[in-house]
Amino acid sequence: MEFLSIHDAVARFVQDGSSVALEGFTHLIPFAAAHEIVRQGRRDLTLIRMTPDLIYDQMIGMGIARRLVFSWGGNPGVGSLHRLRDAVERGWPQPLEVVEHSHAAMANAYEAGAAGMPCAFFRGYRGSDLPSVNPLIRFVTCPFTGEELACIPALRPDVTIIHAQKADREGNVLIEGIVGVQKEAVLAARHAVVTVEEIVGDFGPRSANAVILPSWSLQAIALAPGGARPSYAHGYYRRDNAFYIAWDEIARERESFRAWMEENVLRERVLR
Amino acid sequence: MNYSSLEMMTVAAARALSNDDVCFVGIGLPSAACNLARLTHAPRINLIYESGTLQTRPEILPLSIGDGELCETALTTVPVPEIFRYWLQGGRITVGFLGGAQVDRFGNLNSTVIGSYANPKVRLPGSGGATEIATGCGQVFIVMKQGKRSFVRQLDFLTSLGHGRTGRERRDLGIRSKGPTLLVTDLCIMRPDPETNEMTVASMHPGATREQIKENTAWDVRFADAVEETAPPTPHELEVLRGLHARTARAHGSAAGDS
Repeated sequence: MEFLSIHDAVARFVQDGSSVALEGFTHLIPFAAAHEIVRQGRRDLTLIRMTPDLIYDQMIGMGIARRLVFSWGGNPGVGSLHRLRDAVERGWPQPLEVVEHSHAAMANAYEAGAAGMPCAFFRGYRGSDLPSVNPLIRFVTCPFTGEELACIPALRPDVTIIHAQKADREGNVLIEGIVGVQKEAVLAARHAVVTVEEIVGDFGPRSANAVILPSWSLQAIALAPGGARPSYAHGYYRRDNAFYIAWDEIARERESFRAWMEENVLRERVLR
Repeated sequence: MNYSSLEMMTVAAARALSNDDVCFVGIGLPSAACNLARLTHAPRINLIYESGTLQTRPEILPLSIGDGELCETALTTVPVPEIFRYWLQGGRITVGFLGGAQVDRFGNLNSTVIGSYANPKVRLPGSGGATEIATGCGQVFIVMKQGKRSFVRQLDFLTSLGHGRTGRERRDLGIRSKGPTLLVTDLCIMRPDPETNEMTVASMHPGATREQIKENTAWDVRFADAVEETAPPTPHELEVLRGLHARTARAHGSAAGDS
């Protein structure tokens, strides 16, 4: 594990054509890292995420993704992800290949990846049309009971990037609140990068069961205060629900979207 | 007291929940209905959101499935794989609340695409938790505003299984949970016919007519032999629901001033 700037962490671990999981289930979404990927002009990425959210709407709209692996692509409580829809419905700014799952499937597939398994099996997809449009959804028979179970390949991203509250000086990472699939996504990946709100001497008093990622399970940590905005960091700042609502207008048209990205992402000075 | 058809729909859905329920809650109207139930007749209901919050008691309605409010007021918060594996797949949830862009007469739901999958006219958000909620919960309540374009003869895509395209598909697939037992709309309440599993009008909301319900349903909707009239929302139900919405609007709106 190394402490790097967010610029250097992205430059080193995200290459053109990489499969990248930027996880965080509503909470702790790593927007700062996503913006850095956009600024560095990566291309042809496979983006993996249960809920693409605004973070992938922005990346897809900037034309840096070739494929999307996901299970729910909306703006939570607001409506559509307009850039995602534009890419799927009209191929703008470029066509987007879609690999579609359910939440249960994605969660199981990350867990399988973390456990070093080739695939995940679970009781899923029964009666749904999803297996008819995603050839990666198959079924196996339980050798003990004969029950038919859904089976999909484990998720093994080239790199997983998450945002967390704290790292200590040894490079261990503490995550609190809604922990989503971050631990599984980190352990499933070939490389893992964590952006954090702050780096502290040590974590101090904590529950014996706190979610901690040991330094030796990670490749890089980058300091990025506010790096989850407009999502939130439990104990630091709240979810900017008003921005999630405003995004509906910003992203609805290609021009207003581009203008917002120019102003708020591309022009932002790169911290080295 | 005057009320809107949306309020009637929310209240009717809330009344179907009890203190004994463990409920998997979706965002939007389901969340409003579940919390209305908790704040009125079912204070001990367990609400679970797929972000991992168990037994949560939000003061305001979350905008997303994982707002901080849900975690702060929960008994405990577990990882997302655990929610789907131990709690949903493990058979510990009694009721799942679902909606979608389209529903058919057997309570099958589409939340994936309008048009063809390869070239969709409208790309909808997709399954999220719905596909496994539909089969993993003890029973499913569907809440949807009624209209010809959403209450369709044939789904463009079957995301979440109701009673299947034949009405008997759950049994054929060996699925033991009940599936959709209730469909609440802004006009009426439908329940599956005991023989065919076709969603059939059981109760009409005050002011709604048979013609109106037929006009807003693309299949030839059937009515039960004895159709009841839904009791209108009580002043207490409306007061609690409006209070919840007012607190929510203040909380979500105030974030705008801060940013």
